[in-house]
Amino acid sequence: MLKFILKRLAVAIPTLLVLIVFSFILMKVAPGNPFNGEKKLPKLVLENIYARYGLDKPEWRQLLEYVWNIVAHFDFGPSFQYRDRTVNEIIAQGFPVTLTYGCWSFVVASVVGISMGTLAAIRQNTWLDYFAVGITIGAQAVPNFVMAPILTLIFSLGLHWLPGGGWNNGAWPNVVMPVIALSTSYMANIARIMRSSMLEVLNSNFIRTARAKGLSGGRVLFGHALKPALLPVISYLGPALVGMITGSVVVDVFFSTGGIGSAFVNSALNRDYSTILGITILLGALTIAGNLLVDVLYAWVDPKIRY
Amino acid sequence: MLADSRIGTLAAPSAEIVAEKGRSLWQEATRRFLGNRAAMFCGLLLLGIVVFTLVGPYLSHWTIEKVDWPVLGKVKDLGFPSLETGHFFGVDESARDLYSRVIQGTQISLAVGVLGSLVAVVVGTLYGAVAGYFGGRLDSLMMRVVDILYSIPFMFILILLLIIFGRSFIMLFVGIGLVSWLGMSRVVRGQTLTLKNREFVEAAIAGGARPMTVILRHIVPNLMGVVVVYATLLIPEMILTESFISFLGLGVQEPNTSLGALISEGAQTMQYGEIWQLAFPLVFFVLIIYAFFFIGDGLRDALDPKDR
Repeated sequence: MLKFILKRLAVAIPTLLVLIVFSFILMKVAPGNPFNGEKKLPKLVLENIYARYGLDKPEWRQLLEYVWNIVAHFDFGPSFQYRDRTVNEIIAQGFPVTLTYGCWSFVVASVVGISMGTLAAIRQNTWLDYFAVGITIGAQAVPNFVMAPILTLIFSLGLHWLPGGGWNNGAWPNVVMPVIALSTSYMANIARIMRSSMLEVLNSNFIRTARAKGLSGGRVLFGHALKPALLPVISYLGPALVGMITGSVVVDVFFSTGGIGSAFVNSALNRDYSTILGITILLGALTIAGNLLVDVLYAWVDPKIRY
Repeated sequence: MLADSRIGTLAAPSAEIVAEKGRSLWQEATRRFLGNRAAMFCGLLLLGIVVFTLVGPYLSHWTIEKVDWPVLGKVKDLGFPSLETGHFFGVDESARDLYSRVIQGTQISLAVGVLGSLVAVVVGTLYGAVAGYFGGRLDSLMMRVVDILYSIPFMFILILLLIIFGRSFIMLFVGIGLVSWLGMSRVVRGQTLTLKNREFVEAAIAGGARPMTVILRHIVPNLMGVVVVYATLLIPEMILTESFISFLGLGVQEPNTSLGALISEGAQTMQYGEIWQLAFPLVFFVLIIYAFFFIGDGLRDALDPKDR
């Protein structure tokens, strides 16, 4: 197992480095920099500013120092836009919010998706199955940026049940709609995958044997069928996690929840390169770590994987 | 020539026995696809939408940029969909005709989807086929590169590209094209691995064909089934990506528009009761996505009936 994890890490770490270097180069080749705007600054001032942000050194030094500061001190440097804030502070402000509704969405999508898929499979061709399949097909073509306005229209403008936006320190009425908007399409996909894999497992020989032994329905389902049926779902959890992390941008923009997504979009519009870079790398690292975790989980559950 | 004429003389006496004409794989697939009612319906629907985007502009005298000045500022009361004013889908918040904007948005979204998928077909197929055919160290190197690129969250890279090099259709297309081929190359490589040990490939090699000839003439044509299915399912994904980017305001630039941008604008104004600004683009968007999903499913059933 340890060998397998190390092997996956051997891919994950270069990936992260490629991401950092690639984004850094992109930022460097961008035309102009934040300090040579409309107002011409005196040469001395400009030199001082460059020295402050380390822009006077050769580019390879800048890159090495940037990587080193991240790896050694977890320091993303100062923001180019807000002179008195560091990228770390900007991230620290938005990240807890994103983490809160992100985790909830992940839990909701997996738990509801898996139970819905399982129920549809064990009650195949009943109204319950048709209902689940209908929802699944319906939700598949409704991505988060379509779901968000529809939800607001119904629950906020129509029924006045939930506030249309804001975070309010994570009070539950503010969390509900972001979580639903973010998790629906992934929930639908998980349910669809779970249903088909559960159907396949339930029709296999070892389940027939388990039934023939006289085991109860519950024992057959939870003791024998669930684990193998979960495998395809687990391999989908990686892409789902990535989708939810990127989807947080939409949620932040639409519901004004003030998470890291809004910091990303704001810095994108302000050309605050160091903040964009920092957030890209942080979310990229999160994505890579999530994928790694899913891989390890898969290897742990699937007895057929040799490591 | 010699061999042909000999077969001809041998075959001649038995010519009266009329054998039932064999059907090729593609004929079988076409028959199965035509029998799939959901997929056929979606195919017709998609065809209808494409025809509509081509013919539609001639039915209205409004363009995507022309502002209907008398309506501006009174969009809620005057800008609703109506046949009399010529705004079949109403107007947007800047009093521009939504009908022509939806048509243009649909065109752009479809173009992005199809072009992105085309890049995947060309680059992904060649990359995967080369990696799978040559195998060994080249294969593991090429696939390791794909692994690394695959785990980079490309949505952020795409946004970064659009910010740094400015928003343009070309940049959007380049960004999407950069990553769309990754999945395809994996699928194609897997298929190539099973194909390359078959007799006809062996025969081609024995006949002195060079590696690239074997790949292009013998392997790639046999991959077409998988490639077509995967490419069809990739189109809605590309459209979703483009819409996501446009929703954030980073897609195509005004006055051009796309379905994602229209949905984003509509979502902002629905609270004033101008629901048509969200509804029309949304309907087109959802219909297109569904149509491609079902066509892709139908093609998969038709081309690879054992894989359910």
